[in-house]
Amino acid sequence: MAAEAKLDPMHQFQLETLAGANWNIAGYNIAFTNSALWMAIATVVLVVFVSGGMKRQLVPGRWQMAVETFTGFIDGMLAANVGPAGKKYVPYIFSLFMFILFANFLGLLPLGVLGLHAFTFTSHFSATGVLAIMSFAIVLGVGFAKHKLHFFSLFVPHGTPVVMIPLIFCVELISFLVRPFSLGLRLFVAMMAGHVLLEVLSSFVISSGNAGIGLFAIAGLPSFILMVGICALELLVAGIQAYVFALLTCVYLNDAENLH
Amino acid sequence: MPQIAQLGEYYASQIFWMLIFFAITFFVVGRGMVPKVMDTVAQRDKQIAEDLATAEKLRESADAEEEAWRTRENANRAEAQGLIASARAKAGAATADRLNAAQVGIEADLATAEKRIDEARRSAASEIETVAADAAREIVSRVAGLSLDETAVRAAVKGSLVHG
Repeated sequence: MAAEAKLDPMHQFQLETLAGANWNIAGYNIAFTNSALWMAIATVVLVVFVSGGMKRQLVPGRWQMAVETFTGFIDGMLAANVGPAGKKYVPYIFSLFMFILFANFLGLLPLGVLGLHAFTFTSHFSATGVLAIMSFAIVLGVGFAKHKLHFFSLFVPHGTPVVMIPLIFCVELISFLVRPFSLGLRLFVAMMAGHVLLEVLSSFVISSGNAGIGLFAIAGLPSFILMVGICALELLVAGIQAYVFALLTCVYLNDAENLH
Repeated sequence: MPQIAQLGEYYASQIFWMLIFFAITFFVVGRGMVPKVMDTVAQRDKQIAEDLATAEKLRESADAEEEAWRTRENANRAEAQGLIASARAKAGAATADRLNAAQVGIEADLATAEKRIDEARRSAASEIETVAADAAREIVSRVAGLSLDETAVRAAVKGSLVHG
């Protein structure tokens, strides 16, 4: 049993069926997992947060001010990256940014001390991939709807010598097609790496503490101090990754809206 | 790595619930609430801009009012200065007139006084002549026993008085 109790840093990413093990749609199983639960929690918290900013007062309170800061932030980001045409994407980018941000922060909550297990669904590429493909699909849809086949001129930068066009076109096309993967994988990897690091460090603290006071002083204590710092770093990463996801979506939308 | 190990088992569930909850987030929060929040912000910005514009307009009208008041005040002051100047000129003229009148009166008085003095002197002189002539005739009659003609005596006295 002692061998089985060895800490597995990947265990935290384990999906568990909570309900509906036999729910099926067209042959696909859609069991309600811990991941789905935390998506639901993120949605509910986000709805509560934003509805707190709906008092519509002329002089805003703190909560309203916080919500308006976020909408203003997204609005400014779209205005800076897409221009006036970006205004209509505010609902989507806002939802995307806030959903990821809340998911990342909720996953970092120290609920373990209460015996609960916070689950970061953004550490699964099957979840982040959905968001990435959705953003990419919107970019493609907007691009082709707005520019028709002229959208392909995106892959030929201005001033490309004629002989270089086939090569450049291929390079640009590949870099364009890689976007959904980089978008989804970046978020997944950043979240997973942070959580694994925290888990590994905490296992150092616990196993060195079990081994004896001397080892705890040498390995456990520095690991614990490092963990405190990395926790702060992870909070920063949680915000930055949400921001990067939203920002890159804005940049891609700019390509679709304005070409080059 | 559960993300890959469990992919076959759970990918449909992950995609399904992600779409469901993101759709709820998008339609409830993104489409439902965010436009209202941004509307509030826009309304506030508009009101602030309007208030600033009103304040600016009021300031300008106050400036114009002050300018008008200043112009009016300057005109009033100039008018008052004019009134003072004309009053001073009028008073000066009146004083000069009165002085002139007084001068004329004084000169007339002087002239009559001088005439009177002259007459007095003349009558005094003729009286002296008469007295001198009488005295001379008396002296001549007493000393020489001559009874002289009065007219001749008087002529002689007159001549001697004139020639000193």
